[in-house]
Amino acid sequence: MSTQEEKERLELLQGTLDLLILRTLIFGPQHGQGIARAIQQTSQQELLVEHGALYPALGRLEDRGWISAKWGTSSNNRKARFYSLTAKGRKQLVRETTKWKRLSRAIGRILGTETAEG
Amino acid sequence: MFGRRRKLEDFSAEVQAHLNLEMERLEEQGLGHEEARTAAHRAFGNVTQARERFYECSHWMWFENLWGDLRYAARMLRKSPSFTLVAILTLAAAIGANTVVFAALNALILRPLDVPQPQRLYDLTHVGQATASESYPNYVDYRDLNRSFENLAAADFCEVGLDTGKNPSSAWGYEVSRNYFGTLRLRPYLGRFFHASDEHGPDSAPYVVLTYAYWKSHFQADRSAIGRTVQLNEHPFTIIGVAPPGFQGTLQIFPADFFVPIIDQEQIDGENLLNARASDWVFELFGRLKPGISPTEAAADLNLINRQLQKIYPKDEAEITFRLVHVGVASVLGGAVKAFLGGLMLLAGLILLAACANLGSLFAARAADRSREMAMRLALGSTRRRLLRQLLTEAILVSLAGGAVGLWGSVVLLHWISAWHPFPQFPLNVPVNPGWHVYTAALLLSLASGLLFGAVPVRQVLRKNPYGIIRSGSPINTSRRITVLDLLLAVQIALCAVLVTSSFVAVRGLERSLNARLGVEPRNAMLVETDLKMAGYSRDTAPAMQRRMIGAMKTILGVASVGLVSILPLSVDWDRTAVFTNAKANLSPSNAAAIAFQYDVSPGYFRAAGAALLEGRTFTWRDDRRAARVAVVNEEFARKLFGSPANALGNYFKMWNGTRTKVIGIVEDGKYSADLGERRQSAMFLPILQSPARDTWLVVRSSDDPQQLAAAIRSKLRGLDPGLPIFIQTWNEEMDGALFAPRMATASLGILGLMGAMLSVTGIFGMAAYSVSKRKRELGIRIALGAQRREVLRAALGRAFKLLAFGSAAGLALGILASRVLASIVYQATPDDPFVLLGVVLAMLVVGLLATWIPAHRALSIDPSMLMREE
Repeated sequence: MSTQEEKERLELLQGTLDLLILRTLIFGPQHGQGIARAIQQTSQQELLVEHGALYPALGRLEDRGWISAKWGTSSNNRKARFYSLTAKGRKQLVRETTKWKRLSRAIGRILGTETAEG
Repeated sequence: MFGRRRKLEDFSAEVQAHLNLEMERLEEQGLGHEEARTAAHRAFGNVTQARERFYECSHWMWFENLWGDLRYAARMLRKSPSFTLVAILTLAAAIGANTVVFAALNALILRPLDVPQPQRLYDLTHVGQATASESYPNYVDYRDLNRSFENLAAADFCEVGLDTGKNPSSAWGYEVSRNYFGTLRLRPYLGRFFHASDEHGPDSAPYVVLTYAYWKSHFQADRSAIGRTVQLNEHPFTIIGVAPPGFQGTLQIFPADFFVPIIDQEQIDGENLLNARASDWVFELFGRLKPGISPTEAAADLNLINRQLQKIYPKDEAEITFRLVHVGVASVLGGAVKAFLGGLMLLAGLILLAACANLGSLFAARAADRSREMAMRLALGSTRRRLLRQLLTEAILVSLAGGAVGLWGSVVLLHWISAWHPFPQFPLNVPVNPGWHVYTAALLLSLASGLLFGAVPVRQVLRKNPYGIIRSGSPINTSRRITVLDLLLAVQIALCAVLVTSSFVAVRGLERSLNARLGVEPRNAMLVETDLKMAGYSRDTAPAMQRRMIGAMKTILGVASVGLVSILPLSVDWDRTAVFTNAKANLSPSNAAAIAFQYDVSPGYFRAAGAALLEGRTFTWRDDRRAARVAVVNEEFARKLFGSPANALGNYFKMWNGTRTKVIGIVEDGKYSADLGERRQSAMFLPILQSPARDTWLVVRSSDDPQQLAAAIRSKLRGLDPGLPIFIQTWNEEMDGALFAPRMATASLGILGLMGAMLSVTGIFGMAAYSVSKRKRELGIRIALGAQRREVLRAALGRAFKLLAFGSAAGLALGILASRVLASIVYQATPDDPFVLLGVVLAMLVVGLLATWIPAHRALSIDPSMLMREE
């Protein structure tokens, strides 16, 4: 992964990281590295997530009670802090997803392309 | 909440776990150990920054920073104690002044009466008139005819001799209408209030309600006092109730002792004016508006009733335009006090602003002194925000300390003012005890001023280029154009010069007033105030008693002369009547030759008062009702009515009721009202037997010790009538009260002038210190190149002196203009007095020298070799 390649990746929009984290956690508890990896993979390497930026976001979500965290062991037997979605977080995810879809549809219309797919 | 906070170690462990997992994954993909490590770190970004951000997000961080800033600020302030002291004292004075004025404003104008729903209570005032007194029949008509008030109540002041069986003393109270307490919606603390069913015409309701304070102090809070009978002016009254604590009448500066029904006027005041429509004696009318009625509507309603009354009683009624104002002190004291307090608040605010401008430049000077330190901190990675926070913390620490000292001072002063009775014979006082309003105001003022002057050096810090400063050692910007700070300082010096000028003018005026011809001699004279109607004397029995009192005084050893006068000259009380030349037949006010002060005096008064008789004779006891009407007049009276004193003697003039009166003597002019600045006024003196008065002052002249004299007077009068309340004080004491207003004005101006001078000192000091430290290097080089002391001083302080000169000149000019206004308050305040001009110039010079002393010393003691080494 050269510098050139990194520059072409999309920077995350303000506030979207929270949504992506919540979305990732819907498949079950995950640690920070796993979440970063998952976001990159599912976006087919399109999104650039600086791993360091993930942690303040995780802390913020934890403070709001949308996710909870506890130390556990990873699949390859390493200690890691696992995050899981709370009931409150699940509701928040639904709300945020709806909002995001409406927003991207609206922007899509303005830019004159076909409606963004959800 | 804090318990849930994660520790930094936990966060670090998580980051480490992340890096390990990522490395493992990359190694699985075939990267070498070191390569994987680098890639993992690159993907993560700045680990230290993440940790810092985590740390700063926690709440602890904020407190930790604050605590650190506070400690650092305290250390920095301790390092320069003189700066800190000057800053704190400046602020203390400015905030203290503001707090005191605010407390007075709050007590007199802002604070509502302590009764249920005070905002619906309104006083009736007359547009364009100083007082709003009404006659009793008018009150009854307004009460019964209006459609706007739920209740309309009336009240008037009274002073009575109150005898509980032991010690008769004078007490102050309100004569009130029966619906007084109902209108206020007050409930009695004990017993009951007045009922409509109590009243069956004049003097039919011998009931008295005590205030809580009087009940506590005179009846030892004894519940069995209810039902007891006391003597008011020798008439029996039954105590029926005690008003709730804290309520002492609707006028807060006049705390009363009791309340009596207004229909008992004859027993209380000694005369019955309940049916006299032409005498406006009822001091205050106030009512509670019906819901939904606005004050304007109610005033229109009252105006309409006034027009109707005018039609029915054209001789007694004048046209009145009503205005409703909230019940309280302000409505009674009127616009003058409001304007005075408002003006004072404005001045105090200006002082605070000047102080802030001042401290702003002091802080800017300090920031310049510390520019190297700050540049170093910026270069080492401190953010500008952090630096600013540090500076503001320092400013606020200083402002809070200044505020605390100022508040302490003002609380002391306020307690003193609250306990103070400017007029010993009246119960007037100003209840300005500080409450939470005052504390809050002081706190807000301190914070606001801290932010204000703390913000001055902000631009300086933001603009700073750390590398430039470290390279060159001083701020690059040394342009010579006029800066905002210079302008600020010049304006401030001008303002201070205005204050100094006005205080000089005031002090000079006071000095002159002390040497003014008063027409009487207050030294070595004792005053005895008595009101014979309090002891039950009638118009017919009073004169004989007065003569006995004068006789008794004369028997006291050491008494040189004794006289009696109805109204004391130079007191807050006066009586003026229209007089006419003998030729005038039509005695309407527009034909009056003069409006003269009238005094009813006994034989011997002029000698006792120390008034010099210029021509003719004074009165004897033979100038009584059967004798021809005579008068002694002053020079001005003689000039006004007869052209000259010589023409006056033996000639006649007419009183307002047409009585021909012969002038038998001429006395020197004097001052009559409590306004020492008054112009020449006409005055006439009438023999007390021809113009009787029962409420009088005995003037007893003696050079003996006042306390012994007072005791002797008291025992003699007790011997004549043990039931007569008396009030004894020296004439000088009485004058202190009467001259309260001009002295107060002089004192406030003096204090403001002093504060102005102090602010100038600190302001110029800041500016001079700033310019010296800014140009240290330049000055050092000058000294190294052999500059003389004078040249160094000129380079360092020339600008400060120029500003001082310009500011002072502008301030002096403005001050002279402003002093024309002072002339109305302060006696003979003439600003174009060489003494004042010289005084101001000298004062500002001293201020300048004081302020530049330390910076000049610093400039001269610069050691070039030391300076070079520092680089």
